[in-house]
Amino acid sequence: MPHDHHDHDHDHFHHEGMSPSGHPYRGDNDGPLTYWQRMEIAVRELMLEKGHLTPAEIAAQIETMDARSPANGAAVVARAWIDPAFKARLLANASEASREMGFDIGPLHLIAVENTADTHNLIVCTLCSCYPRNLLGLPPDWYKTRAYRSRAVREPRTVLQEFGLDLPDHVTVRVHDSTADMRYIVLPARPEGTEGMNEAALAKLVTRDSMIGTGLPRSA
Amino acid sequence: MAERVRVKALTPPGHVRAPFYLRGKVGVIERTLGEFGNPEQLAYGLPAERKPLYRVRFTMAEIWGARAERPGDTLDAEIYGHWIERLDADAP
Repeated sequence: MPHDHHDHDHDHFHHEGMSPSGHPYRGDNDGPLTYWQRMEIAVRELMLEKGHLTPAEIAAQIETMDARSPANGAAVVARAWIDPAFKARLLANASEASREMGFDIGPLHLIAVENTADTHNLIVCTLCSCYPRNLLGLPPDWYKTRAYRSRAVREPRTVLQEFGLDLPDHVTVRVHDSTADMRYIVLPARPEGTEGMNEAALAKLVTRDSMIGTGLPRSA
Repeated sequence: MAERVRVKALTPPGHVRAPFYLRGKVGVIERTLGEFGNPEQLAYGLPAERKPLYRVRFTMAEIWGARAERPGDTLDAEIYGHWIERLDADAP
């Protein structure tokens, strides 16, 4: 499942729709605009006409959204690994702790859930695709699929096995369904053998999937 | 002792954020989250009442019964106050 993707148009398998290597071409977007595409263009042009926004401001905001990456979340996790007081603040109020590190997380309500020797946490949004974008960037495609959203709550251990994660029997799995106003980030356990590493080096061990719960940090 | 609650087994039309698979299920309040605008009104651009929001923890055994992959594993979800009924008679 981690490598499922839906970028290709499988509707036409006729040969002229294929590249020389046999890969289907992506269709041109020549279809009519949808209702919401028209709405977006109308609102954007009105905002520009009335002087509330400039095209440069809109482009900059898109750039800001695209620039967010799991590196932000990794920095938060690494800080929690080396600073017990910060970790306590993160678990008590993850929004405030993230702001303290300078991450603009807007009005987001963030909850950090901690993996321990006997607890493994997994994040899902069964209703749509809620994701802590401010700390992790855009969600992976599989996170938004019906397969992940339905199976993560029904058979989380099987899903984790497909991600390469075999949990010992004594570990309890706690699944977190982001059904309303909260967003979640997993605080993975610090890998063994990392005692001598500094914060920046530790952050490099923290993967996106380890903060969703579908993976573990890299080993040192 | 965590307070026990049951998610109401209602099926109203419209935008609702109480997942269907949890309706009628019993869990415990893991923490209270404060008050948030009711998404059932916000979804339609209507003025929204503020509703208390709770994180409720269910066991997989409660949700899936005998088909649970591991009965003792848990699921936490955010449920609005108007979607839960309190089961402990002496609760405040």
